[in-house]
Amino acid sequence: MNFVVPDFYPAAAEIFVAVMALAIMLATTFARRIATALAYGLTQVTLMIAAVITLFSADASTALTFSNMYISDLMGSLLKLMIYFAVAVGLLYGRSYLADRKMDRPEYFLLALLMTLGMMVMVSANHMLSMYIGLELMSLSLYAMVAFDRESVRSTEAAMKYFVLGALASGMLLYGMSMIYGATGSMEFSGITQALYHQAGNQTVLLFGVVFLMAGLAFKLGVVPFHMWVPDVYHGAPTAVTLMIATAPKLAAFAMTMRLLVFGLFELAQHWQSMLMFLAVLSIVLGNVAAIAQTNIKRMLAYSGISHMGFMLLALLSGVVEGDRHFALNAYSSAMFYAISYVIMGLASFGMVILLSRAGFEAERIDDFKGLNKRSSWFAAMMMIVMFSMAGIPFFIGFFAKFAVLQAVVAAGYIWLAVLAVLMSLIGAYYYLRVVKLMYFDEPEDTAPIHAPADVRLILSVNGLAIAFLGLLPQGLMSLCASALIASF
Amino acid sequence: MTGMPLLSLAIWIPILGGLLVLATGADRNAPLARMLALGVAVVGFLVTLPLFAGFDTTTSAMQFSEFAPWIPRFNINYHLGVDGISMLFVVLNAFITVMVVIAGWQVIQERVAQYMAAFLIMSGLMNGIFSALDGVLFYVFFEASLIPLYLIIGIWGGANRVYAAIKFFLFTLAGSLLMLVAVLYLFVEAGGSFSILDWHKLPLGMTPQTMIFWAFLIAFAVKVPMWPVHTWLPDAHVEAPTGGSVVLAAIALKLGAYGFLRFSLPIVPDAAQAMAPLVITLSLIAVVYIGFVALVQTDMKKLVAYSSIAHMGFVTLGFFMFNSLGIEGALVQMISHGFVSGAMFLCIGVLYDRMHSRNIADYGGVVRTMPKFAAFFMLFAMANAGLPGTSGFVGEFMVILGAVKFNFWVAFLAATTLILGAAYTLWMYKRVVFGAIANDHVAQLQDINGRESAFLAILALCVLAMGVYPFPFTEVMHASVDELLRHVAVSKL
Repeated sequence: MNFVVPDFYPAAAEIFVAVMALAIMLATTFARRIATALAYGLTQVTLMIAAVITLFSADASTALTFSNMYISDLMGSLLKLMIYFAVAVGLLYGRSYLADRKMDRPEYFLLALLMTLGMMVMVSANHMLSMYIGLELMSLSLYAMVAFDRESVRSTEAAMKYFVLGALASGMLLYGMSMIYGATGSMEFSGITQALYHQAGNQTVLLFGVVFLMAGLAFKLGVVPFHMWVPDVYHGAPTAVTLMIATAPKLAAFAMTMRLLVFGLFELAQHWQSMLMFLAVLSIVLGNVAAIAQTNIKRMLAYSGISHMGFMLLALLSGVVEGDRHFALNAYSSAMFYAISYVIMGLASFGMVILLSRAGFEAERIDDFKGLNKRSSWFAAMMMIVMFSMAGIPFFIGFFAKFAVLQAVVAAGYIWLAVLAVLMSLIGAYYYLRVVKLMYFDEPEDTAPIHAPADVRLILSVNGLAIAFLGLLPQGLMSLCASALIASF
Repeated sequence: MTGMPLLSLAIWIPILGGLLVLATGADRNAPLARMLALGVAVVGFLVTLPLFAGFDTTTSAMQFSEFAPWIPRFNINYHLGVDGISMLFVVLNAFITVMVVIAGWQVIQERVAQYMAAFLIMSGLMNGIFSALDGVLFYVFFEASLIPLYLIIGIWGGANRVYAAIKFFLFTLAGSLLMLVAVLYLFVEAGGSFSILDWHKLPLGMTPQTMIFWAFLIAFAVKVPMWPVHTWLPDAHVEAPTGGSVVLAAIALKLGAYGFLRFSLPIVPDAAQAMAPLVITLSLIAVVYIGFVALVQTDMKKLVAYSSIAHMGFVTLGFFMFNSLGIEGALVQMISHGFVSGAMFLCIGVLYDRMHSRNIADYGGVVRTMPKFAAFFMLFAMANAGLPGTSGFVGEFMVILGAVKFNFWVAFLAATTLILGAAYTLWMYKRVVFGAIANDHVAQLQDINGRESAFLAILALCVLAMGVYPFPFTEVMHASVDELLRHVAVSKL
């Protein structure tokens, strides 16, 4: 067996991030006095340069390397760019929050960078093992970040819960992978597709494998009935970390779902679609109904996130209709558009929670938003944009995200699913409206002036306006998603 | 002038102007915000005038069309245009916006910029609804217009405003979400087109037609509102500030009725014909039953709100008889109701600003302290009751004539509105305005000032002009209504 030097070029961004993570670790041990600022600055620079690398290496052709374990394609590049963006914005929002709570140690930024690396590997995995390695790198970094406030019992408990359940989910995922490998004899997605195409393997083993894969995926996406960790972890983690969990990992989970199910198990679409339908319907119903009862904004956003992920699954399950793959591109690009839109909205929503928090005060209750219009009409307007966008009211990006998904669902002929989804969005509208009501119709309880660094104010404003702008002109992002998928197929 | 994108201007001048007003910020800049808002509203009104002046009454085709691709990914286009059915509403809307800005001049002292901006933005969005020829564009404007009205009711409304605002929002959203599914279904059936004009030509089977008809019916019935989904309207009206009530009654209710003409009738004609008895029954219930409900109200705003529901029942009745007299009468009734109900709410607002009560029992003998006001109020009350010579009469009479052609008993029941309308309006008027001075508060009332006289006089002029010489209005809609009826008569099966 000869040793072939793999082509490193397609994975340049990953290699760069990995090297930088190690470099930051070293640099901060030597420059102790400015360690935090240095780590933060270098992390942001790393993300920026990684973005440049990804941007310049992105083209319509697909490159495989590391014995086909790694794939570089347009879908991956687009998702990676969004991940850098989400992590960078999330770190920026969270920085003063962490500093106020004495949590701004350099390790935090290092963990964020490693989490990013894990997500990048997940996005670009072409093999079940590389997928798993990426997933674990991301998850382990996140577990540590959730527990970052080591004095807080709630954070530690959340981290514990996240870790135990996460480990269980990883186990199921691995078990599912081993069954698929057993049935098809391949760990590589294209190999699995080939094997399935030739009808290889024992159907029972395959289906069992798919079920276990689904359970693992559902956990990572946080959809019902594997959602139990979501509200607790969102609630228990420091808000800056909640922001991290709620945004970029959703993109990675989307990528993982796409790679495993669409790129790997497309031949079994009929089977996994019916499972997705089950997950999606339950998530939309439970997420929206349970969100109404919440008094904590982080829990409310957690349940809202569950319903949003359910909505995204609706598009994924509309790809193949009775063996007809004609709808696939439309459906998957709608799902991708939905995931990206959700991340943009999620960043702004948790950014607002962070904005209202200050040293010694967590703006966690929904009531903390009371009378925000009187305290700062600008940020009240931003939060209103986010809430209406999440409720799916035009002219905001959330409407077009829902629109694209419903369009795919109706095109696939699932009218009843579309009707159910819109009825549940009606229920969802209620709790988003309640936040708007508190901000605009009620008197403030908390009258302290909003103190936040200028960069947070600026980026949060840009983030809110982007939701409105992309809602007015969604074509750019929509066609980007579509062309990325066309190139990747 | 014809080269100008008039419809875009009518939509975007108020919206961008509203954002500009918003930028004036704090209440210390309130005078500036008011002047700016008035300027924007007037300019917004002026740009709609060429629509009326330059309108070609001989054709039923869309005029002042604008077309630009918006979201090519889904073949969604920024396609605007007006015909004889929609053009008048754009003008009416821009006109009412000017009235509302003037009406809120002194009354609103808190968060002035936000108040004015909300009305301007809503005005622009509603112009968008009336001129959109793309299903998604229509839907987007239709939904987005909920946001400003929600805020208007919730921020500047009365004691129970939060309940009313959320009820308003959820009711209308419930209707329109089902419409979204219907819109997407039509998109798929039409082979990937959101053009409303394409949908008009799209052949559809009876089952899909019925489903689509129901989706549209729920969406528009909530908006009109038709019995039995009308319950949000009295709440919203009572709690909304005067300006909010005016816009709600004068324009927002017309959106639902307009939707019937633009979507339900032409897109699913067979289902519409089949379901006509249902809609007619609901309309008659609205006319008769809600008329009685209005009779027993003790709150003036609630009374006018119920009278609006009864009048809108007349509109839907006119639509679903499928004759030109009925539809044109209903359209005239819509325009007239825009003036009359707007004026009624402004009159109640005038009283409320002074007395802070809408309770009929708190009034009596207002004529002795506010003679000028009483005269205006009299005219509008008469118009609301459908007195010949006022605009209220024309539409009702045309619809009743249409109904006689259609079915005698329908006409008979519809005609009771002339009695009921007179009864509840004039009885209310008598109790509020005539009689002995009821209490000290009434004794201290100041008659209307120049600003109030101005907007009431303008509205009075409109009501009388339309009552005496309705020809310019019917002339505009003639070609489009005839074309609609021809279209509806042809089965799509």
